[in-house]
Amino acid sequence: MIEKPRIRVKTFKIDGIDVTGRADQTVLDVAIENGIDIPRLCYMEGLKSIGACRLCLVEIEGQRGLISACTARISEGMSVLTKTDRLLKYRRQILELLFSERNHQCAVCVSNGHCELQNMAISVGLTHVDIAYLNPKLNIDASHRRFLNDPNRCILCNRCVRVCDEIEGAHTWDLLGRGVDTRVVTDLDEHWGISESCTGCGKCVHVCPTGALSEKGVSVAEMAKRRNFLPYLKSNRGIS
Amino acid sequence: MKTKLATLWLDGCSGCHMSFLDMDERLIELAQRIEVVSSPYVDFKYPDYFPDGIDVAIVEGSVSSEEDLHKIKLLRAKTKFLISLGDCAITGNVSGMRNLIEIPDMMDFVYNETADVNKGVMPTKVVPPLLKKVIPINQAVHVDLFIPGCPPPADAIYYALSELLNGNTPDMSKVTRFGK
Repeated sequence: MIEKPRIRVKTFKIDGIDVTGRADQTVLDVAIENGIDIPRLCYMEGLKSIGACRLCLVEIEGQRGLISACTARISEGMSVLTKTDRLLKYRRQILELLFSERNHQCAVCVSNGHCELQNMAISVGLTHVDIAYLNPKLNIDASHRRFLNDPNRCILCNRCVRVCDEIEGAHTWDLLGRGVDTRVVTDLDEHWGISESCTGCGKCVHVCPTGALSEKGVSVAEMAKRRNFLPYLKSNRGIS
Repeated sequence: MKTKLATLWLDGCSGCHMSFLDMDERLIELAQRIEVVSSPYVDFKYPDYFPDGIDVAIVEGSVSSEEDLHKIKLLRAKTKFLISLGDCAITGNVSGMRNLIEIPDMMDFVYNETADVNKGVMPTKVVPPLLKKVIPINQAVHVDLFIPGCPPPADAIYYALSELLNGNTPDMSKVTRFGK
């Protein structure tokens, strides 16, 4: 006889609204199910959440620190706040830091108009950046036959690393360096075009939120990404 | 009394000024309430570059040369409300892409490597001394309103000006964005 798994349901509040979720869900999962928008950039349905971008930070009443909603497990009776003045201020600052750390010239970017970073700026009302731009010198890797890696647009969300590892199983991408100097690299920081592990599947390109990874041959504003394959692949392979 | 408007063109392609003109017949309506006192559109000359008592100034382009820096400081001192118009003014944008190259390398690329005439002859006049880094206007002077876009749509400029003339604070993120 197959024993039915016991589903534990927990009830709590998000922004004063009563919500329920399964014990294994995160605050962000439950918020999305209930139509409560929490800004996010590194989160992607179908990939493991790592809390890298910090945009989904929320306050939990009674807890001193802020916590990323994409990694926070729900608990009975908790009260989550997603839109306090403190959070709005921090989210704005995080976006300003993301824009100032690399060279984001939206006007000449392949992802202009399809970019999650750009959309996030609109949603928090960001029309300028107060922090001085770092203008780092970063080389574009155009060695791959079909794809392009432009680190000038990268926000280190880690989606490419995760999709390549968790879904494609190749683990071509990884991170090199620390802090503001971190870069996503292929294999052992070799050119993408000579990578022996890359299968050329292109999933990394399509989960990338900005114009950092793109297909060759597209011009300004032409790089719309297709992402609906992810939950499908995930369920097909029995990955939880 | 009409509102005194100045516009200034720094390091940009003039696309933002073109977008201003794209307000078309609405320019006639604005002209009832606005007097353009200094701008590439008109031909007034002043001993100190700008007249005194400017109500609203619209600035296109980033601050890239010593001349740009001099002008923006002069304008700010004479202006009540200063608007950064377009991505170059706000982020550096395309003008700021030279920040990735050292100035001598860039000058060599432009006046030597890719030159068709006078190859290798560096300019000694007309081209003002460049700042080491291109900076957005808000890193040189205080800015009161930002209208992003490349160029910002004429509708966004019209919305901003009409809201300001009516004494309201425009919410620009509703009508335009970086790269629009």
